[in-house]
Amino acid sequence: MDLSYTEDQKAFRAEARDWLAQHVPAQPLKSFDTQEGFLQHREWEATLNEGRWGMVTWPEELGGRACDLIEWLIFEEEYYRVRAPLRVNQNGIFLLGPTLMEYGTEEQKARILPKMASGEEVWAQGWSEPNAGSDMAAIRSTAVLDGDHYVINGQKTWSTRAVWADWAFCMFRTDPDSQRHRGLTFILVPLDSPGITVRPIPQLDGLPGFAEIFFDNVKVHVSNRLGDEGAGWSVAMATAGFERGLMLRSPARFQETARRLVDLYKENRASADNDPAVKEAVLRAYMEAESYCLSTYQTACRLTQGGKIGAESSTNKIFWSELDQNMHATAMNILGARAELLPHAPDASGVGRWLDGWLFSQSGPIYAGTNEIQRNIIAERMLGMPR
Amino acid sequence: MDFTFSEDQLLFRESVRDFLLNEVTPEKIRASWEMEDGRDPALWQQIAEMGLSGITVPEEYGGLGMNELDFVLLAQECGYVALPEPLVHTALVAVPMLKELGGDLAAQWLPKIATGEAKVVVGLEQNLLVEDAHTADLLILQKGTDLFIVTPDQVTLRHNESIDPSRKLYAVEIDAAVEPFATGEQAGALASAALNRGALGCAAQALGLAQRMIDITVEYTGERQQFGKPIGSFQAVKHAMANIAVRLEYAKAPVHKAAYAISQGQSVAVINVSHAKLMACEAAKLAAKNTIQAHGAMGYTWEVDLHIFMKKAWALANTWGDTGFHKARVADYIFSDDAQLGAGTTF
Ligand SMILES: Cc1cc2nc3c(=O)[nH]c(=O)nc-3n(C[C@H](O)[C@H](O)[C@H](O)COP(=O)(O)OP(=O)(O)OC[C@H]3O[C@@H](n4cnc5c(N)ncnc54)[C@H](O)[C@@H]3O)c2cc1C
Repeated sequence: MDLSYTEDQKAFRAEARDWLAQHVPAQPLKSFDTQEGFLQHREWEATLNEGRWGMVTWPEELGGRACDLIEWLIFEEEYYRVRAPLRVNQNGIFLLGPTLMEYGTEEQKARILPKMASGEEVWAQGWSEPNAGSDMAAIRSTAVLDGDHYVINGQKTWSTRAVWADWAFCMFRTDPDSQRHRGLTFILVPLDSPGITVRPIPQLDGLPGFAEIFFDNVKVHVSNRLGDEGAGWSVAMATAGFERGLMLRSPARFQETARRLVDLYKENRASADNDPAVKEAVLRAYMEAESYCLSTYQTACRLTQGGKIGAESSTNKIFWSELDQNMHATAMNILGARAELLPHAPDASGVGRWLDGWLFSQSGPIYAGTNEIQRNIIAERMLGMPR
Repeated sequence: MDFTFSEDQLLFRESVRDFLLNEVTPEKIRASWEMEDGRDPALWQQIAEMGLSGITVPEEYGGLGMNELDFVLLAQECGYVALPEPLVHTALVAVPMLKELGGDLAAQWLPKIATGEAKVVVGLEQNLLVEDAHTADLLILQKGTDLFIVTPDQVTLRHNESIDPSRKLYAVEIDAAVEPFATGEQAGALASAALNRGALGCAAQALGLAQRMIDITVEYTGERQQFGKPIGSFQAVKHAMANIAVRLEYAKAPVHKAAYAISQGQSVAVINVSHAKLMACEAAKLAAKNTIQAHGAMGYTWEVDLHIFMKKAWALANTWGDTGFHKARVADYIFSDDAQLGAGTTF
């Protein structure tokens, strides 16, 4: 065990810090759930990619830096430290990207990954359906092979960023007689294909952060199938592993929220201390964000040395989503009567971006497999309790 | 950056685990409750023969010359079996204290600790009572701002019974004629270093205790049937168990970081230790709460082994600094103006 950064790691951090200092927009971008903000964020992805900071873990020929997980964590730390823009293509770069590298053909990787990295093609995830939420194996939308095309019919929902995205990676039932996990296929769909209708769904903040996607005899070339026909479930499980595992939510984000919460508490200490629970909650925020960071480094080191991620990764999603919710709840309590005010309201001084964060934190325990589903997985697969 | 244990450290843990699982069964712990002093000299001899009593004793004094980080996984295993013998106290508190005192004291006592001939205990103001004072050959005691080093003939012991029958606690009165060994700043520094190590020991044992309570309960709820099926198949029971697993998972790395920080003499160790102890003891207390519930009335009995681990977890949570002490330490730090907080400040 040696918990100090190597000279190379320090130099890498310094290089990332320098570049970000020069390139991160001085003014926060508009929300990527507005058309203008979406374009701004797409442009930012292109800037990141030009600096080769888009996906540092990717190979160099794809515009990456072939970084290991530790360097990736360092990059994320620098990224969140300066509050750089959220990643509009996160479903692509963090979820589909790694899945493609594992299951994609060379043709698919060459065709898809560079445009994903540059933000030229933004990806949505199309798995959930009205009757297939937690129970994803209940997917009913169909894809029928007809020559060199699949013909797709059905409906997806809750598809994040789908309003303005270019592509969606989806799961369809290719074998109409199949049950549950069998007979599903992973297919990549251009969202401008004829027969597709995207209906935006406003989220808690009123902005269309996700959408329904309707498919009416949509033709998609077979070269867009990822993995074998009928093997969709196992490909999807790999993606879900990346989602719940390290990639989607690195600790830096939560450590920065905790740091800002400490500042918020210190600025408002006189009123905040009227509620004795607040100080304890701030303390807890710091400790849990640190724990998340320490655990993530420990896991990353283990993986770098050839270890495998196991069922304990399901603890990850529960831990960060509850931490995020608790931290924002505490901020709401500190802000008191100001907490409900939108940031541009004339008397909303000092409210920062806490309200947005509070709203979004409500979704953490739901998306990427609800926390109840994660608890089932922990009990059954990690602890070995009976089904 | 390498946050993993070495092959050697992991192998040593395996062999100590096997040894402890064989030798420190719940039956033997119950038997020790019936003994006069609650300690088993034969077991201590075995512990010494494995090199464990002297694990942190320097090689020149016949020990293994290992440090806090080498020991932390073993302390977890001591927790897993709820070892009554004062191994964690010896390796993490008494030996490092003697090493810091150095000189004749170290030369006289460290070799005897390594062979198992002598036991040394440390008692601080924070402790209220002194653990295992009754079998100690030397006692290092903080009284007010003074530090005393005394032999059994210089003290009077008053036994205090704990709800955990394995814990042997004593109020220790020092004969009036005895002069302090150290005073003021020097005494304070020694005591606070000892407190950190003692707290680390609690945290590491709490990890093992929580895991043991999980394991006992997964087994029990897999067998016990109600409504025609194992109670472990009920989601309310599963989720209560999963909640422990989540808290336990995120308490581990802080404990390892604290052990590392102490072994490297980092000043941040103070904060790391309090953080680790709070997280680990909280996980163990949640384990106690949720596993007794999953046992139903069985969990409320003396017969079922669960309480051996539960009671130790309760006790450790408020010794070597209670929750208020450790929370205040972390809070003072994070609310101070020179705190290093946020992304990139952890290491
Ligand atoms: C912000 C956000 C973004 C999303 N983005 C995407 C996306 O991009 N692509 C996509 O495909 N999906 C997306 N989703 C959908 C998400 O994956 C689903 O919401 C989630 O899987 C839960 O499904 P559901 O909403 O149908 O809830 P349901 O499955 O109806 O669950 C409702 C409640 O019942 C509980 N429940 C259900 N089954 C069980 C069980 N077996 N045991 C215990 N409790 C149970 C759940 O935990 C939950 O509390 C997104 C969701 C949100 C909130």
